[in-house]
Amino acid sequence: MTAPFFFWFFAAIVVFGAVGVVAMRQPVHSALFLLLSFFGIAALFITLRAEFLAAVQILVYAGGIMVLFLFTIMLVNIRRTAGEPFLHRQAGGALLVAFLLLAVVGGTIVASSRTSGLVDAGQPADPAKLSSTTITRTITETVDGKTVKTPVTEQVAGNSQAVAWSLYRDYLLPFEVASVFLLVAMIGAVVLGKRTMERVD
Amino acid sequence: MITVTHYVALSFLLFAIGVTGVLIRRNLLTVLMSIELILNAANLNLIAFSRQLGDLNGQVFTVFVITLAAGEAAIGLAIIISLYRLKNSVNLDAVSELKG
Repeated sequence: MTAPFFFWFFAAIVVFGAVGVVAMRQPVHSALFLLLSFFGIAALFITLRAEFLAAVQILVYAGGIMVLFLFTIMLVNIRRTAGEPFLHRQAGGALLVAFLLLAVVGGTIVASSRTSGLVDAGQPADPAKLSSTTITRTITETVDGKTVKTPVTEQVAGNSQAVAWSLYRDYLLPFEVASVFLLVAMIGAVVLGKRTMERVD
Repeated sequence: MITVTHYVALSFLLFAIGVTGVLIRRNLLTVLMSIELILNAANLNLIAFSRQLGDLNGQVFTVFVITLAAGEAAIGLAIIISLYRLKNSVNLDAVSELKG
């Protein structure tokens, strides 16, 4: 699918970052490891021919969400709790459950790829499909005082353009719903974050 | 040769690490970070299969998942801040109002 070196290198970065998030005592260190993991995932997106999403991943996660996390860590003044245990009382049992989950589903993935060949079947599809799309649009022009509409079919190139056409043509309603969701989240965050909560009654 | 199986396995490993983080940590901030890891694992899965099938829909859905993650992080962190004002702590154990 891609050069093996890049996959293994960035996979190692992603897993190292993820383990760091869980294992670090201070939330600030966890946040920085999470940042490392986000960058590794963005690089993996590029190896999968999703260049637009790699850029979105860095802008939204590493730029936006990470800043939110760091501001919250500053606001809640974590240093004071440094002496307390940072793992839950049930950590032993939880680790066991997580390990069982890893064993069962991981074993299923490996076994299915060996026996049925379902996942590995065939060569990966033509990457050109991910970086170009065919669109139909209508060109309106005025000839001799009359408007003439000509339907045109054309090919647009580039992963960003292909995603944009799919997003704004096929998924327009979900896109608008997502924008309303973001508005609701913004208002909710402002209301929850207000310093004084007046009673309504 | 790297196939989609490698990506799925990596994505599941990331998911398992995220679940472990949600289960074992006491700090709410780290729990929220682990949830972000889980959402990233889902994104990786979607994009790996989008590459395998040559289908853009997986990438479009990843855009929606990222949107959802941004909203979830904003609301979650706002809840953590108001919880901190109430309890002076961000530990999960401190929130025991509903304990029977």
